[in-house]
Amino acid sequence: MPNFLRESLHKRQTVLDSVFRNLTRFAAFSVLGLLAAIIASLVVGSMPAIHAFGFGFITSPEWDPVNDQYGALIPIVGTLITSGIALLIAIPVSLGIAIFLTQLAPQWMRRPLGIAVELLAGIPSIIYGMWGLFVFAPLFADHVEPWLNDHIGTWPLIGPFFSGPPMGIGMLTAGIILAIMIIPFIASVMRDVFDVVPTMLKESAYGLGATTWEVMMKVVLPYTKIGVVGGIMLGLGRALGETMAVTFVIGNAHELNQSLLMPGNSISSALANEFAEAVGELYTSSLIELGLILFFITFVVLSLARLMLHKLQQREGHGA
Amino acid sequence: MTAEAIITTPKLIVRDLNFFYGDYRALKDINLTIPEKMVTAFIGPSGCGKSTLLRTFNRMYQLYPKQSATGEVLLDGQNLLDKKQDLNTLRAKIGMVFQKPTPFPMSIYDNIAFGVKLYEKLNRNEMDERVEWALKKAALWGEVKDKLKQSGTGLSGGQQQRLCIARAIAVKPQVLLLDEPTSALDPISTAHIEKLIDELKKDFTIVIVTHNMQQAARISDFTAYMYLGDLIEFGDTSSVFTNPKRAETEDYITGRFG
Repeated sequence: MPNFLRESLHKRQTVLDSVFRNLTRFAAFSVLGLLAAIIASLVVGSMPAIHAFGFGFITSPEWDPVNDQYGALIPIVGTLITSGIALLIAIPVSLGIAIFLTQLAPQWMRRPLGIAVELLAGIPSIIYGMWGLFVFAPLFADHVEPWLNDHIGTWPLIGPFFSGPPMGIGMLTAGIILAIMIIPFIASVMRDVFDVVPTMLKESAYGLGATTWEVMMKVVLPYTKIGVVGGIMLGLGRALGETMAVTFVIGNAHELNQSLLMPGNSISSALANEFAEAVGELYTSSLIELGLILFFITFVVLSLARLMLHKLQQREGHGA
Repeated sequence: MTAEAIITTPKLIVRDLNFFYGDYRALKDINLTIPEKMVTAFIGPSGCGKSTLLRTFNRMYQLYPKQSATGEVLLDGQNLLDKKQDLNTLRAKIGMVFQKPTPFPMSIYDNIAFGVKLYEKLNRNEMDERVEWALKKAALWGEVKDKLKQSGTGLSGGQQQRLCIARAIAVKPQVLLLDEPTSALDPISTAHIEKLIDELKKDFTIVIVTHNMQQAARISDFTAYMYLGDLIEFGDTSSVFTNPKRAETEDYITGRFG
């Protein structure tokens, strides 16, 4: 090849390389840009509410559009409680699904069951909401809530959480529906990470005489804990932000009740229901501030999860 | 002289052992006697069944539903393949170390204590002593005694493998199964492990699977050569290597094939 041709080829490659590098960099940085833009518009939009109510916005249970008084305590509590209930149910169930699918189920059963779990993840949330309202809530009201009232409702300490009129819709129902929605996500992440545990590592534990339970709890789970916590966080993120299904079954009442059987409200549900009818700057701004708080909660939860993982690793000796 | 004639104290006796992966017969009528407190090596080309044979001794194959064995493996006269044989008791008596180091994701101390806790209730002091004993036996104590609380996964490859050996002997087994224990290690770590095996045979019956014929020649007292699921030749290591009775064995150890 003549020299000048080789040089021009070289030049073209250099240019192409730099174009490619800049394109990928632009794609990566645009994520940061979007994030900043969203935070900025949330902050700007909620400024009027922040000026009007200050810190009291978070601690006040007042939500009175007629008198233009707004406080976010009820939706915040509702979001945290429903998501908490969802995790409480979803974590053990997902763990069971993942353990069964990766360790115990016969080979021919693994694929169909795995696909079923993934299909469950693909069902649109509005369907969960409708199902929750029309099918689950009446059944829950007729069969489960009376039982809860009679049995757990009489216990000291936790009794008050489970006593109240059996209406079917409420915080507990919302939490359960959320659990059903996030189980497929958590379970399929757990299944994927359990699948990458080296066979030899498991055999080492079996070789010492450990049972399946001991191998799972003491070897597989610690080995995969980052992935497992990641899966739980994915589920929690979805539970915190889930709107449609929660709106159907939570009751949408701006009330603060001790009983989980009573209706409540969540941040996303309040936003979905009230944005259309929000008139006046302060009302809209309060709703935007609710959104900002939801964003903040998600951020804090994710940070806490990272911190927890870091602490776990230190205790195990990685950091030492 | 046959191997059986030399072996005065048999530890494991294999009788008419057949092994199946589904329908595929991977071991064919194996008969073998493994002597107590000596090193017995299984050699042969890949796929000859040497690891499969080793894995019948602790019934590791039972984890996999399609694998099965017929025949007998007698440990001190007791058939390990008997359905009534309790797996945990069996695995307390027969320890295993694998091709790659497999430290558990926990501290060095807990790695050793893991197996012990499955069988014995030791108080803090006794457990400390047991951990120290096992690590000393595995020639690792000097290197890790100041960092027992650190993760076992932070050690070098050779140290990790000695940790796995310490973990296996901590439950005081009678037999130690080593499945190509040095195949993932550098030559210096390999030399460490080989020296260690020589020490350990004072206390344990050792069965080692190896791809490396020189290693078998260096460290074993008896050698079994296997090919395509058959046990071709078994005898004391020096006769197998210097004066093999079967032509196939000679071809393999002289490097003409395999």
